[in-house]
Amino acid sequence: MNLNMTFFGQMLSFAILVWFTMKFIWPPLNAAIEERQKKIAEGLSQAEQARKELADADARVAAEIKKARAEAAVIIERASQQAVQIVDKARQDAIVEAMKQKAIAAADIEAQAHRAREELRAKVAALAVAGAEKILKREIDANAHKALIDQLAAEI
Amino acid sequence: MSESTSSGGGLTEYIQHHLTHNQGQLFGGSFHFDSWIVALGLGLAFVFWFWLFARKATAGVPGKGQAFVEMVVNFIDGQVKDTLHGDAPRSVAPLALTIFVWVVFMNAMDLLPLDISSAAVMYTAGPDAAHHTYFRLVPTADLNTTLGLSTAVFFILIGHAVSAKGGLGFGKELVSAPFHAHGIAAIILAPVNLAMNIIEWLVKPISLAMRLFGNMYGGELVFMLIAGLMTSWITFVPGVFANAAWAIFHILIILLQAFIFMILTVVYIAGVRESH
Repeated sequence: MNLNMTFFGQMLSFAILVWFTMKFIWPPLNAAIEERQKKIAEGLSQAEQARKELADADARVAAEIKKARAEAAVIIERASQQAVQIVDKARQDAIVEAMKQKAIAAADIEAQAHRAREELRAKVAALAVAGAEKILKREIDANAHKALIDQLAAEI
Repeated sequence: MSESTSSGGGLTEYIQHHLTHNQGQLFGGSFHFDSWIVALGLGLAFVFWFWLFARKATAGVPGKGQAFVEMVVNFIDGQVKDTLHGDAPRSVAPLALTIFVWVVFMNAMDLLPLDISSAAVMYTAGPDAAHHTYFRLVPTADLNTTLGLSTAVFFILIGHAVSAKGGLGFGKELVSAPFHAHGIAAIILAPVNLAMNIIEWLVKPISLAMRLFGNMYGGELVFMLIAGLMTSWITFVPGVFANAAWAIFHILIILLQAFIFMILTVVYIAGVRESH
């Protein structure tokens, strides 16, 4: 192979190409690549953070729900207690009322019985007076007397 | 094929015709216009292509073209960073990129049909002109090209050695390594060391150039021999298969040799930057 001036020509071409690449091609391309790498890295870390935040929020929501459920249970418990109390009170009241009504009724009955007895006494007295009148009008007859008294007794 | 039938030379003359450069005179020496113009054209094509994408490169979502260019840049950058362990000067990666893509382009000229230049001349200027016009398409199958590149790399290596160690440190290392000694022995060993270092330094560009040249020249020659198969109808079909097989295999060689030239340059730079 014969070496000649081509050697220097090729060296010159090479030098020019390397200079051009170094000056105009490599820096912008490399800058773009590095900037994109940075962007991607940022995006990935942001996604990671978002995922962490979501997990936090989930945990918070779960805790919140648990708390709410516990509160609801307490409220229900209290309500049912109250209901039992109300029913109890109502029963008590009803019993008291019934007693009262019963007492009133008993008093009423007592009063009626008393009146009836008074009436009866008055009637007996009247009858006795009428009987005495009859006895006085007729002659006193032991036998007739006895029959009258028996009649009185039967009438009472 | 007109050469092989029109003259008695046959395949030998065909091959000799294809191995002759388009020569001229320049500054008192002969000059291979074909190697130089193809190399420069391909080099300009490379810088123009990459410059187009470098000009409007953004950090946004890249198009396919930009992605490809960035892939090449990233590949080279990774190789350089791996080899130089981070203390790479900014100029190394662009140098490696230029070497790699340019050499790939020049090597790839091997895949163009052998007679495409002759055919072009024949259709424009007639068969007689084609017979006397020589044009070799593969610049890297010309030792001038590969040695031109490797010699430029050689000077770059010296530049790196001086910038990393200082002129004095570099000079001192030339006479004190690889054999270290003290006192009188150091003076005795100095010429030995110097001789060793000169050999070591010269071996780098020569081996770089010879390796690439040998591979591409050999590849080109095999293409020509296979072309010789196609002169006969009997061997035409085997010739087609052989041609396809060799071309496919040659794609590997094209990329591999360009990669070797590039990575060895980077390795040499890393080597001369660290002190012994």
